[in-house]
Amino acid sequence: MTGVLIRGATLLGETREDIRIRGGRIAATGRLTAELDERVIDADGLVALPGLVDLHTHLREPGAEASETVLTGTRAAASGGYTTVFAMANTSPVADTAGVVEQVHALGIQHGYATVRPIGAVTVGLDGERLSEIGAMARSRANVRVFSDDGTCIHDALLMRRALEYVATFDGVIAQHAQEPRLTEGAQMNEGALSGELGLSGWPAVAEEAIIARDVLLAQHTGARLHVCHVSTAGSVEVIRWAKARGIAVTAEVTPHHLLLTEELVRGYDARFKVNPPLRRDDDVRALREALADGTIDIVATDHAPHPAEAKECTWAEAAFGMVGLESALPVLQTTMIETGMLDWEDLARVMSSAPAAIGRLDGYADPLTEGAPANVTLVDPAARRFWSRNDLRGRSTNTPYTGVELTGAIIATVHGGVPTVLDGELRPADEVAAAAARLREAARG
Amino acid sequence: MKHLLSTRDLDRATAVGILDIAEDMARTADREVRKLPTLRGRTVVNLFFEDSTRTRLSFESAAKRLSADVITFSAKGSSVSKGESLKDTAQTLQAMGADAIVVRHHGSGAAHMLAHAGWIDAHVLNAGDGTHEHPTQALLDAFTMRQRRYGADSRGRDLEGMRVVIVGDVVHSRVARSNVWLLSTLGADVHLVAPRTLLPSGVETWPVTVHEHLEPALALDPDVVMMLRIQQERMHAAFFPSAREYAREWGLTAERFAALGPDTMVMHPGPMNRGLEISSAAADSSASTVLAQVTNGVFIRMAVLYLLVAGSSEESA
Amino acid sequence: MSARTVLHDSDITRALRRIAHEVLESRRGDGRLVFLGIPTRGTVLAERIQRVVDEIEPGTSSVGSLDITLYRDDLARTPTRAPAPTRIPDEGIDDAIVVLVDDVLYSGRTVRAALDALADHGRPRAVRLAVLVDRGHRELPIRADFVGKNLPSSTSERVSVRLADVDGVEEVTIEP
Repeated sequence: MTGVLIRGATLLGETREDIRIRGGRIAATGRLTAELDERVIDADGLVALPGLVDLHTHLREPGAEASETVLTGTRAAASGGYTTVFAMANTSPVADTAGVVEQVHALGIQHGYATVRPIGAVTVGLDGERLSEIGAMARSRANVRVFSDDGTCIHDALLMRRALEYVATFDGVIAQHAQEPRLTEGAQMNEGALSGELGLSGWPAVAEEAIIARDVLLAQHTGARLHVCHVSTAGSVEVIRWAKARGIAVTAEVTPHHLLLTEELVRGYDARFKVNPPLRRDDDVRALREALADGTIDIVATDHAPHPAEAKECTWAEAAFGMVGLESALPVLQTTMIETGMLDWEDLARVMSSAPAAIGRLDGYADPLTEGAPANVTLVDPAARRFWSRNDLRGRSTNTPYTGVELTGAIIATVHGGVPTVLDGELRPADEVAAAAARLREAARG
Repeated sequence: MKHLLSTRDLDRATAVGILDIAEDMARTADREVRKLPTLRGRTVVNLFFEDSTRTRLSFESAAKRLSADVITFSAKGSSVSKGESLKDTAQTLQAMGADAIVVRHHGSGAAHMLAHAGWIDAHVLNAGDGTHEHPTQALLDAFTMRQRRYGADSRGRDLEGMRVVIVGDVVHSRVARSNVWLLSTLGADVHLVAPRTLLPSGVETWPVTVHEHLEPALALDPDVVMMLRIQQERMHAAFFPSAREYAREWGLTAERFAALGPDTMVMHPGPMNRGLEISSAAADSSASTVLAQVTNGVFIRMAVLYLLVAGSSEESA
Repeated sequence: MSARTVLHDSDITRALRRIAHEVLESRRGDGRLVFLGIPTRGTVLAERIQRVVDEIEPGTSSVGSLDITLYRDDLARTPTRAPAPTRIPDEGIDDAIVVLVDDVLYSGRTVRAALDALADHGRPRAVRLAVLVDRGHRELPIRADFVGKNLPSSTSERVSVRLADVDGVEEVTIEP
């Protein structure tokens, strides 16, 4: 079968249409009749969204393949409705050269489940001292536009200034992990009454807000673009709102877990809830939801951070920071933002697809689901409800914080560049996906 | 009781009950034969990831007085990797037939983790976890206060009407946390004194009155002044400028000690830094309960081991 | 069928007086008597018996209680219970004639625990056992020296001793 016909989907939750996919592109929309060589997907009752884009994914390859690989991570992404992921640079070796980013990029193409856009490290080895070869990465086949030392903060003000200026030369953006290191030495959870009671070192909100405040002023001063990773506090939202009002070129992301979970979960010392920045208070969750709704926060990014079981089955202080989130992102967003009426499906498509694509300078997502656009499509069953479990995960690690939580919405199908990666709610086999992607590449070349 | 992890889990009746059983245990110390057959055939494991000879000996002695078999496992210095060792070690000990695990660990929540992660079925007794809690220390402190106040008439009593001033490094002190919850549950009026750098965030939500200076708290004529140990390394992390300044502002100096009421008890969880948080005049006086605290520690630990281990696993009424 | 009363308050008083006399008669020589009741009701009974003894021979006896909770052999099978206080008279029990007092003698396991506990407190010249009711069904080679009433019973029956000081009423009942 050479084509796909999606029948009766509700486009962005608005109008009911059929979608024809041919040669990796949307061939037509409207009322269509199935042709003989088409695979027909019955999308009655399903919402069609553009393929989702995650600007903040840890794929762990190279270096920590026991936690995740490009293959397993993009399978997780596809099952969550994603068609592009931006892979963070904190691998081993660090993605600070053209060689590493091209390798990761090529693995994504080879497997075919999702487009992998590597993020380049800002400094060599993430050591916060010397700029890495930003130009070489930008000009490489990986076409790097997002640079980040995520995992650590670029805390040296001079280095941050230079990075902003230099990256601007290549139309890139610095994605800052905002965490003042001295204020968070040994930090384990949100600083507050609960950290005091549990005897865990606090991660104060000011450690995030102070860096964001400095960085937006540096962005203003340099005229460069700044992107703030995983905003987690109400105070950070205030700073970003102020910066945007002054016309500063700042964008910001929030993770699904910071939109749903609070520090109360730390009470049981279950390290699945250990994440950086930490889960905060109800007030912060409320402020983050409002900021995403009013556009102060531009996008949702998962900060998908796989860890092996032993990194979480230990005492809180010894456990690793991070949670997986690709598979659960859309259900969490539907639960927290759509069900509450704070976003509609079109808004969701913006914050989870077109806006992150724009920040990452990713082509093909500006005008999705229209004739001629690349065929990146996600079909969601908005009526599905389920108690989340490890069985819903498709990556290599199982450190999800949502087990036992009831989430609405399920990904029924994902099409990446014309290749179905998920059908009937299940991943297509790896060989089939890789072969289909290869055929489309051949056809495009020929 | 299945586990003892935090004094927050104890209501007043349960706490008084533990103190009363400790009275029974104390009685046995004067007998011809001190040993009781109560836990014969049971195995109590002391799992210490952190050095604490005093606490370890106290638990060992308590378990042996109750005729339990005692295995002591000192993980400190062994080559096991940190994260896995807690789970693996606990499962190994369970496989050896441990009925109860007494755990001391540098990580807050370690005892909670052992009790609730589903790794083991044994009873878990928290012997100090990071900067979180040290419940048996608080129980022995409460026992000592009650004994000093009421003597032979202690049984059945709580600490209603007693005023306790706790001074020092509250933020890093598991002893302070366990005492705050337990003493307030028992009806005591609890005051904390420390510079703001040594007070935990959210202390305003605790059932205590907070003072930043020592004099106003001592002027309240407390029944108990409890001095917390100051770790020398705190000085390097800018919690306070110098030992001299700390001693002058928040230490129980000879002068401050002399001004206390005649019946005020001076407590310290040990080991003491003489000349820093406590002067020798205070530490060596008859007001000091430091040695009584050590003795009572064994009785409290006997009582807790009895409550956890002796009965069937069904909850007692 | 409801409970049947087998001893009324007057019967109990009479039985305890008789036991007091028998204890005195059985004492050979001038041995010091220490009555130790097993909590809760055994303690009350021991005090009553000792009061009678003290009326007859003032100053030759003392009374206390001996808790056996920490010596029970069924600890692991029952929910944990708080121990009751043990009170040993100041003179101690060494070389005394100790009379253990309990309300009901049944399997004998309580008495076994009491003998163990007693050994940890000292070395009496002799140990005797006084019970208000002996209902049979022994599981250990133990017998009572002084019995208020022998009450053959079936294991399915329930024998209850109630004393005014503890229960507000004074009676021994048996119910199916």
